[in-house]
Amino acid sequence: MTRYILRRLLQVIPVFFGTTLLVYYMVFALPGDPIAALFGDKQPKQSVIDALRAQYHLDEPFWVQYGLFLRDLITFDLGVDFTQQPIAATLGRIFPVTAMLAVEALIIEAVFGVAFGLFAGLRKGKLFDSTVLVMSLVVIAVPTFVLGFVLQVVIGVQLGWARPTVGANADWGTLILPAIVLGLGSFAYVLRLTRASVLENMNSDYVRTARAKGLSRQRVVMTHILRNSMIPVVTFLGADLGGLMGGAIVTEGIFNVPGVGNKLFQAVLRGEGPTVVVIVSVLVLVIVVANLMVDLLYAWLDPRIRYEK
Amino acid sequence: MKSNRQIEHFVAPFDETPLPATDTLKVEAAPLGLWVDAWHKLRRRLMFIISAAMILLIFAVALLPGLFTQAPPNANCLLANSEGLPTEGHPLGFTFQGCDVYSRIIHGTRASLSVGVLSVICVLIMGVTLGALAGYYGGWIGALLARLGDIFFALPVLLGALVITQLPFFRENKGVWTVVLLIAMLAWPQMARITRGAVIEVRNADFVTAARALGVSRFGALVRHVLPNAIAPVIVLATLDLGVFIVLEATLSFLGVGMPTSIMSWGNDISEAQQSIRTNTMILIYPAIALSVTVLSFIMLGDALRDVLDPKSRQR
Repeated sequence: MTRYILRRLLQVIPVFFGTTLLVYYMVFALPGDPIAALFGDKQPKQSVIDALRAQYHLDEPFWVQYGLFLRDLITFDLGVDFTQQPIAATLGRIFPVTAMLAVEALIIEAVFGVAFGLFAGLRKGKLFDSTVLVMSLVVIAVPTFVLGFVLQVVIGVQLGWARPTVGANADWGTLILPAIVLGLGSFAYVLRLTRASVLENMNSDYVRTARAKGLSRQRVVMTHILRNSMIPVVTFLGADLGGLMGGAIVTEGIFNVPGVGNKLFQAVLRGEGPTVVVIVSVLVLVIVVANLMVDLLYAWLDPRIRYEK
Repeated sequence: MKSNRQIEHFVAPFDETPLPATDTLKVEAAPLGLWVDAWHKLRRRLMFIISAAMILLIFAVALLPGLFTQAPPNANCLLANSEGLPTEGHPLGFTFQGCDVYSRIIHGTRASLSVGVLSVICVLIMGVTLGALAGYYGGWIGALLARLGDIFFALPVLLGALVITQLPFFRENKGVWTVVLLIAMLAWPQMARITRGAVIEVRNADFVTAARALGVSRFGALVRHVLPNAIAPVIVLATLDLGVFIVLEATLSFLGVGMPTSIMSWGNDISEAQQSIRTNTMILIYPAIALSVTVLSFIMLGDALRDVLDPKSRQR
């Protein structure tokens, strides 16, 4: 187990450096001067340009730039964006919002996905099962932005059940509608994964033994089928947390959520290199750590890996 | 047609006879190949028939849009008709610019579908070639591919796409091909991974050893014996990817970084319809339905293919 954890930890390092290098290269090192873009048609003084170039290390060769960027990232000295706002303060404001949104979406997809998947799996081939399966495909097929607009107009505006847009003060209640939209896509995957896993476990030897012992149906389903079916589902959910945080660009845009995705989209469109690389790096870090946690969780859940020497 | 190997017979229940059921296969009869077998199973599936019919229809619309609508998509756009309700000859109403919604959807099919198909072809060429080489020969290609896959795995697709679209090359050459290139760049590692896994599973099979013993070259064995037997999961992923890529194009166009607005595509139509959402929601809903139905068809096809091609799910 210790060796497994060590090996996984070592694998994280090249992934983190590779991804940040890729993004840094794409944002900063290609033709086109980000400082010139900042001023538009006006020509600033050369001293101003030089000062800005020095501030963002643009006067150094690429590898030095990247090294300095990494140093700043690790020491959490994130600097300022092109409007001279400290990036760390911006991150502190937007990150909790997106984390809250992602966690809420995760809870929604986990609860409903597992429940529907379990019932569909237990009644394989019945009407409920086939209906749920087709519905899950439909949910996967409808793009997030379409779903977002439809729910915003129907639930938010016409029925008035939830706030159609979130605005400045996001909390669990106002985020419910974007969380549903964000979680629905993965909900279909959780459902299908749970169903497949339940079907596999239903025919396993230990479930037959449990039945033969005369255990009640409830106990067989809850303890022997559901708990063992959770292994792949939990790992999917863990990996999805990172994906939800990075993939909330569309949802946050539609519902005007002041989160990471919204900020990132605006920063990309405005060519704010420093903000983009910092946000993407932090997101990549979150995703890499989430994937690592999932692998460790998997090892802990599955005794075949746990006892590996 | 049933497989020749199945013999119709009746087996007595276990509690009536001490004899277990004997061999139920006529071993000397030629077995059906994977693909023939799959085809016979597919033909009986409602999901496959519906999705295949839908896909044929969508391809027909993309190739010959003139057959399905008489109204020109962009001529005769009157601002007086802006966000107008359906009228005679214009069954789905008018866009913000006063153009015919139905006609724009029909004519937009080609762009959306070509992005999907071309991206899948690019991803297949890159992913299958590199994945097969990595899986078959292993070594440094395999290691490099695994690390590269890890890097792309840590970068959400939409995030990567957003950053790449801001590169000067992509900003200056907006069009079908840049979107295809963008999608291919982000999606090939997954295809390579799947291919690599499938090739590793097959490369040590007896029939490959036999072919090598008969004098087939190493590369020849890969092309003629390993790949055909490892291609099933690749085809399933390619079908599912087609739907995913069409959605990705629409999402990028929706965000304003995909296709230029001069190209008619469903994503652009949905993006433009945003401003009309409070006055005439249906302008947004109709292209969204076209998009969703197309994606659903490909996902259903992929799902049906997986059911018949994947031996693991076959037992269920």
